[in-house]
Amino acid sequence: MKQHVELRNLAAELSKFRIRLALSAGFMLVLFFILYVRFYYLQVTQQEHYHTLAEANRISILPIVPNRGVILDRHGQALAQNYSAYALEVVPSKIKDLDATLDELSTLIEITPTDRQRFKKLLKESKRFKSLPIRSRLTDVEIATFAANRYRFPGIEIKARVFRQYPEKEIVSHVIGYISRINDQDLEHLERNGELNNYRGSQYIGKIGIEQSYEKYLHGITGFEEVETDAAGRSIRVLSRTPPISGNNLILSLDLGLQQAVEKAFGDRRGALVALDPNNGEVLAFVSKPGYDNNLFVGGIDHENWKLLNESIDRPLNNRALRGVYPPGSTFKPFMALAALELGKRTPEYSMNDPGFFSLPGVDRRYRDWKPGGHGRVDLHKSLVVSCDTYYYSLANDLGIDNIYDFISQFGLGRKTGIDVEGEVSGLLPSAAWKMNQYKQKWYAGDTISVSIGQGYNLTTPLQLAFATMLIANDGKAFQPHFVKQIQDSHTGEIREIPPQLLYTLDLKSKHLEVVKRALVDVTQPGGTAAKAGANAAYTFAGKTGTSQVIGIKQGERYDEKRINERHRDHAMFIAYAPAEKPQIALAVLVENTGTGGSTAAPIARQVFDYFLLGQMPETTVAQLAELAEDHDHDHL
Amino acid sequence: MIEFKTIWHYLTRYVDSFLLIGLLALMSVGLFVLYSATGANITRVSNQFFNMLIALVIMWMVANIPLQQIMRLALPLYLIGLVLLVSVALFGEINNGARRWLNIGITRIQPSELMKIAIPLMMAWYFDKHEITLRLRDYLGATILLMLPVLLILRQPDLGTALLIAASGFYVLFLAGLSWRIMIGLLLTASASLPIFWTFMHDYQRRRIMTLLDPTQDPLGAGYHTIQSSIAIGSGGIGGKGWLNGTQTQLDFLPEQSTDFIFAVFSEEFGLIGNTMLLLLYFLVIGRCLVITANASTQFTRLIAGSITLTFFTYIFVNMGMVSGILPIVGVPLPLISYGGTSMVTMLLGFGILMSIQTHPKLVKT
Repeated sequence: MKQHVELRNLAAELSKFRIRLALSAGFMLVLFFILYVRFYYLQVTQQEHYHTLAEANRISILPIVPNRGVILDRHGQALAQNYSAYALEVVPSKIKDLDATLDELSTLIEITPTDRQRFKKLLKESKRFKSLPIRSRLTDVEIATFAANRYRFPGIEIKARVFRQYPEKEIVSHVIGYISRINDQDLEHLERNGELNNYRGSQYIGKIGIEQSYEKYLHGITGFEEVETDAAGRSIRVLSRTPPISGNNLILSLDLGLQQAVEKAFGDRRGALVALDPNNGEVLAFVSKPGYDNNLFVGGIDHENWKLLNESIDRPLNNRALRGVYPPGSTFKPFMALAALELGKRTPEYSMNDPGFFSLPGVDRRYRDWKPGGHGRVDLHKSLVVSCDTYYYSLANDLGIDNIYDFISQFGLGRKTGIDVEGEVSGLLPSAAWKMNQYKQKWYAGDTISVSIGQGYNLTTPLQLAFATMLIANDGKAFQPHFVKQIQDSHTGEIREIPPQLLYTLDLKSKHLEVVKRALVDVTQPGGTAAKAGANAAYTFAGKTGTSQVIGIKQGERYDEKRINERHRDHAMFIAYAPAEKPQIALAVLVENTGTGGSTAAPIARQVFDYFLLGQMPETTVAQLAELAEDHDHDHL
Repeated sequence: MIEFKTIWHYLTRYVDSFLLIGLLALMSVGLFVLYSATGANITRVSNQFFNMLIALVIMWMVANIPLQQIMRLALPLYLIGLVLLVSVALFGEINNGARRWLNIGITRIQPSELMKIAIPLMMAWYFDKHEITLRLRDYLGATILLMLPVLLILRQPDLGTALLIAASGFYVLFLAGLSWRIMIGLLLTASASLPIFWTFMHDYQRRRIMTLLDPTQDPLGAGYHTIQSSIAIGSGGIGGKGWLNGTQTQLDFLPEQSTDFIFAVFSEEFGLIGNTMLLLLYFLVIGRCLVITANASTQFTRLIAGSITLTFFTYIFVNMGMVSGILPIVGVPLPLISYGGTSMVTMLLGFGILMSIQTHPKLVKT
């Protein structure tokens, strides 16, 4: 009986299925009919209309690329600009034998091996129907020669193009960055952000630096024109035109003169300098030495130059100011001193005897001062002026790592500043929690000792150090460091100010700040570690020297500059602000592999201040100054 | 001679000649249009010819497998597909802003393509299992089986494929006898959840839909496709401009003219008459598929055959609809004609299943 019911159900199911199948067939017929009606509408009813569009007046829509905004320094000097020139462009898909054609072309117009290499590289990266430049900046004679022979070269054309130029090259390369041809990755990125249509026709996009981070402002809005073309696709006349909207101009807070002064002061040393305006966080100078010629990247860099830049031992492509991490060395001490006062672990009057070393209670290991035999009686003021290590060893032990971390992290060390270019690194301000997390090891008291003089796990970028220095100079006002000061609408000329952004204010007692600041002024006075750099200055400035260790020195050994490979020598550091009474500029200098802060880094700061405050362009480079300095060893830290 | 006959018999034993002739006719049309669409690029045409050969061999192999064995593959295929889709979501390669491909060392695969076959197989298998006691909760289970991969593909994002796979699964539900009341309910739920769908969608997908409503809004972007393909079709008129003479095509006004927009090329060069012939040819193939479906003997074979047939139709309709400007541009190829090996293989694999259903001895269910 049961079986019977199921069989009946199955039969019912089958007929139900057939009904549904028939319904589906009907459904498909109806939809096919709808399609057919649509075809009929397009091909019969509207045929005339579309025929006109396609045959007689074919309309094609061409994008018009907007002019990219220019980038100026605070006084209106051009840092990135555009120029128009004629370029010879090739559409590879329209050419049968590319090499033969190029050989033939080079008999008419000079095409260097470098041009060819660059073209080959572009060819590999691009679609074959894209128009690719083989030569730019054609001379009038070259244009005329090619025009006369154009019939021999189908698929090759002269095009008027706008090119990007960086007149200051390496002097501002690490700030401005560069634009370069749009690649697949960029396209993906653009598509994801829904900006692809605005880049139809655009060939370039910002890849690094300001050119990258302000791409949205600089690029502008692509216009388009409806062009009537004949049956062969040549345009006859323009029917309608939606003009492009040029990109905005950027006015940076950077001072080109100051950049040049820094460049001069560094000579051919490697290093970095970041100078901020303590009243608003504007970046006044931002240098990473060596720089590179960013013009090379615009048209696509050729293999040789790339190799040269990429494999150079000086690593010119490395943005040391933004991405280089260095132990801050003794430039860490002013922040330690403030921590001591604010947290009540030291008074300005307290003094201790410095025998030249410090030992943790019950441990044999000696933590040595840089000065053999020690500095005698040292109070907080003297500890900064002569850069006494022992004072900070003992202080560190009293403070403990957690207090140090909590207090000093307020100055932005070990954390990205959030400046308006991409790629910043965070560095490291160590803490017990960090060490546990990173190495699964507990924090030892000895770790704190080396942290206290800015060595050990400490890693900061020159930008972070400048930021922290600004916070001392302006009594704790954390302004957001930024490059762009104004954005100018290139059509109306209207200027929009980027207002200073006060992130937070540190709650520091002014009497504590005064103690530290007075000591920092005395660093540049006779008896201080930067006395030579401060000699005969027309203004007073405050600073702190530092030495950033590149290699560790074993217990019982001494650092001997002459015996160490040049690349392993210590880095010189200096943080400073001027004028001391009413700071206009706060900076951090790093000079790689030159030893001590007082002899090489501080004189650079002095020269930068001389230019900024007095308008004096430096005449001697630091290298020369260092030779003049006789007694190297006395200002070790 | 006898030997030749044996071989011939062996080769054609499980091939449905009516269907095969229809498919070959469509594929030949495809090669001719492709020649024109690629600007007489013989390399692309021979590539495509090679793709077709591979796909035909695969079709032949599938046609030789009895359905009971194919049925056994349903669950493993589905599970493999699901695992691959999850892997794509986790480690897939990003290409053109979407995560669709999986690099498995030797080659890259697109798991959503596998799902186009695995979903109807799995759901047909599922309903075959629950044939006797088909209840509401069985439909619910089937819906979940369907929605898992669909949501994963939607996230990649690949709206076109997600919708097509959802459709192929829905056809199984429909043919399995899902009650009208529930279908209407589903329809209402779907339209109510459209806003949620909208938030799920990527910007470019939204723009495509907005552009359908007003193509002139985005003349450089998606609207450009619609405008240019409409001009191509419309200017073809009744008789067409003739093979290799479509100006829209030859002057590169058409986007993607060898893949998704190849129908515009055909339409411009062969006109309304060509379109009529093409629709007829497609309908002949679909008609044969419907006959095979109606004659299928088991629940499983009926459902899988019906779903494959309807999905094939859906491809045609969606592609022609988007090219002629009545559907949004979702990136669906025109079956058997668009350039591309993957979709060719998937299509012919489906037809191989249909042939197997038709040519293997029918099992009488007791």
